[in-house]
Amino acid sequence: MSGTATTSRFALALRGSLLARLSLGTLAFLYLAAILAGWIAPYGYDDESRAHSWAPPSQLRWIQGRPCVHPVSFSFDESARRVYVEDTSRAIPVRLFVNGRLFGLDSLEAISPQDGSSARLYLLGADARGRDLLSRLLYGGRISLSIGVVGVSISTFIALVVGGLAGFFGGWVDRSLMRVCEIFMLIPSFYLLMLLRATLPLDWDSRVVYLSIVLILSLIGWAGLARVIRGLVQSLRSADYIVAARALGVHPLVVLRRHALPQTFGFLAIQATLSIPGYIIAESGLSLLGLGIQDPQTSWGNLLQESMSIAEIHLHPWSLIPGLALFLAVLSYNLAGDALRDALDPRGGR
Amino acid sequence: MIPMLIGVSLIAFALLSLSPGDPLAAQRGNPQVPDELIRRIEAQYGFDRPVPEQYLRWLGRVVQGDLGYSFKFKRPVAQVIRERLGATLLLALFSTFLTWLIAVPMGVWSALRRSQWPDKTVSVLSFVGMSLPSFFLALLLLYAASMLPSLPLVGKFPIGGLVSPGYDRLDTLGRILDILKHLLLPGLVLTIGGLAGLQRIARGSTLETLSQPYILAARARGLSDRRVLWGHAFRNAANPLITLLGFEFSALLSGAAFTEIITSWPGMGLLALEAVRSKDQFLVLATVLMGSLLLMLGNLLSDLLHAWNDPRVKVS
Amino acid sequence: MTEPLLAVRDLSIRFGDTEVVDRLSLTIRRGETLGLVGESGCGKSVSSLSLLGLLHGARVTGSIRLDGQELTNLSPQGWRRVRGGKIAMVFQDPMTALNPLLTVGRHLEEVLETHKGLRGREAQKFAADWLEKVGIPDPVRRLEAYPHELSGGMRQRVLIAMALAGEPDLLVADEPTTALDVTIQAQILDLLANLRRELSMSMLFVTHDLGVVERVADRLAVLYAGRLVEEGPVGEVLVRPRHPYTEGLLASVPGFRARTGRLRSIPGQVPSPSEWPSGCRFHPRCDRAGDICRTTRPDLPPDGRPACHFPLEAGS
Repeated sequence: MSGTATTSRFALALRGSLLARLSLGTLAFLYLAAILAGWIAPYGYDDESRAHSWAPPSQLRWIQGRPCVHPVSFSFDESARRVYVEDTSRAIPVRLFVNGRLFGLDSLEAISPQDGSSARLYLLGADARGRDLLSRLLYGGRISLSIGVVGVSISTFIALVVGGLAGFFGGWVDRSLMRVCEIFMLIPSFYLLMLLRATLPLDWDSRVVYLSIVLILSLIGWAGLARVIRGLVQSLRSADYIVAARALGVHPLVVLRRHALPQTFGFLAIQATLSIPGYIIAESGLSLLGLGIQDPQTSWGNLLQESMSIAEIHLHPWSLIPGLALFLAVLSYNLAGDALRDALDPRGGR
Repeated sequence: MIPMLIGVSLIAFALLSLSPGDPLAAQRGNPQVPDELIRRIEAQYGFDRPVPEQYLRWLGRVVQGDLGYSFKFKRPVAQVIRERLGATLLLALFSTFLTWLIAVPMGVWSALRRSQWPDKTVSVLSFVGMSLPSFFLALLLLYAASMLPSLPLVGKFPIGGLVSPGYDRLDTLGRILDILKHLLLPGLVLTIGGLAGLQRIARGSTLETLSQPYILAARARGLSDRRVLWGHAFRNAANPLITLLGFEFSALLSGAAFTEIITSWPGMGLLALEAVRSKDQFLVLATVLMGSLLLMLGNLLSDLLHAWNDPRVKVS
Repeated sequence: MTEPLLAVRDLSIRFGDTEVVDRLSLTIRRGETLGLVGESGCGKSVSSLSLLGLLHGARVTGSIRLDGQELTNLSPQGWRRVRGGKIAMVFQDPMTALNPLLTVGRHLEEVLETHKGLRGREAQKFAADWLEKVGIPDPVRRLEAYPHELSGGMRQRVLIAMALAGEPDLLVADEPTTALDVTIQAQILDLLANLRRELSMSMLFVTHDLGVVERVADRLAVLYAGRLVEEGPVGEVLVRPRHPYTEGLLASVPGFRARTGRLRSIPGQVPSPSEWPSGCRFHPRCDRAGDICRTTRPDLPPDGRPACHFPLEAGS
């Protein structure tokens, strides 16, 4: 399947399906927001304010034609619960292009003349340390959304190598490689995740953590794909043009790389798109358990850690919002992947 | 089957041994762990020997039933696993049962009303359901449960654990009810999570079967609609589903793990997490082995069920 | 003259906006075999399915009388009595017309239970009898066999047994030998002929194969683009065709003309139902067509002349 044929069929599918356009639009929006997080987010991801621990989402009030917030402060009630009250005497407008970011409270305007405390804008509420959920959500998107793509790429690469070699050469190469595949597939993914995580220390530099998580995720997904690729390559092996190339003395590995493997690319594109949600969920799950991205870095999974406490979740239900972001991303990927698959493989009728 | 398990153990052991540092470091630093115990373990498993030899020693003990010692639980690993295994199996069986009870009729019903609004609604819901991460669903239900003050009959909704304190004082019926109460939340999460996928498959299988020529031929013989539906359509549509039963069960083992952890259900999934967190080597290895064994049994079950239901399949 | 067993008058079948059969009329007398001949897409399979009321989503107008009883306004229960009991169908592909999960015996017993009220041991005995009647050796053992364990020819015999077990008055055979090897074809045709005689049944034999229909039919009806174009005794129609289409068909099939010379093919292609020409539907491909052929549909007279404005002379 040549590149241009694929692209044009894909474009056709897009034109036909409203859902496909919507989902791709949503994905584009999410990725754009993540990339521009540094500018869109009102605060940095580890910008704390202990005075605003677990602050609820700010109420926007329209005063003199502008959206404003009142500063809030808390006190404890009889059951030792935090209660926030607004100080209606002051109204701080939400402005565009302040503090070098897209929107927020002007840092000077936010300071209280009485006690020097800073009011904060929490569109989605705050966490235990007073960090803005919206900002952390945006920064978190960078990790959550990128890990899927990187992970799938690595995994696909491994699968191509293993599956390609196995399918092409057959014999003992095939048998031993497939044995390894089967063994990997025999370990339930969660336990494999735990096993791989156990091999890595829990307290490394954040970049290394990111890379190791990506690696872990790739090692879970490659086996199934490798088997499929092997099947594809096997059927291609007896194709006439392959036989001809070998008869002309072209080195088998070159034949593999230049002739056999490119035929699998169309299929792989679909597989990749459909697998990305799985990787996003896996990273989120790992981080949720405290085994992935560590604080203060954020990913949507580790943001959800705050919502795990059954005793306290009703005090800050907004901690569940990162789950919605995850859901939205996964849903969009699934819809887009479905549309892509229908476009490139009309045989799969429902 | 056994060779595959050995392969799993080999890969698991090899991966863990790649882990840098002294595997017993955490234990050495722990004042509660007697030195003598550490030395005994070291000697038994040959921690100072080359890795392949370590593997063989460990494997040798495993086949005798000794899965090692868990420092975290201060008990032999085999014992810990036995305690947790039942809980996971119970959860898996419960949710598999419920999922099938709801999803299969729903799928068939959808197929019979193809393209009409019930079918479309269910399709959309299924798609949405399949995109919902299981742990998020668990968190949402947890939130909902925490908002419920008290249910009739059930009383205060229990969150977490297998049984309530005071379990031992209950009679048999009381005990069963108590466990069921605790099973409800994690079971519900897994059931809802599994509904979407299974419903789609049931629907697809039913549609495929109904379009087969032998269905038309059966009607051409004057068989009543009921007879055609139950005697021909249902049995054939159920064929792929029955095969799926085993695989579903296996897949559930992985999916259940997250739910167990979030709802504090004391099963294998939670155990695996605790093992990793406390760097309990033997426990990690054992949970991986156990998980793989269960997966294999599930696949075996699938194959057997398939052969039982479909006369075209040969049992090898 | 006694009333014919089957009298079809002005049968028209529409799918949505497209008409696939246009005012078809034919009769079958007791004990006679009518061959219905035409190429793919002419509407013959659809017509035969309509005789059993098995067309889903089609609008059927006209009259179908079997043994004096009008079939087109039958209730579902009424149809169930007719299908298999009065009219039975033998399908083209025996592999897909049989349920792979049921034994041969089960298939037969079902028919016997539905139409003859037999049960259990009695049904089994009669099932074995039928298998013997259609020439299957070792019938009692074969009752336990599954469809995939039998050869193509045997499967078709089973289908025939299933069709006859209800002792219908009319057997509709829709290309029953097309999926079989040539040598088996002859056997099945002989079987059908013998059984038909033995049970005094009438038969509607639908096929595109002129060689087959010659062996089997008493009368022949030729279908083109949803309309009947010629009808008559098989010997006459095949030797002295009077419609240009029939003539063209025969000239293009080896064995029906002198062995020398090239086979002629009819120019053009069979039109699809959405593009049927006006007037006489064959006119674009006919070398005898005149202006009237483009505008006026020719009727089929009752006296053996074809539906043609410029028929071939008898004896050409």
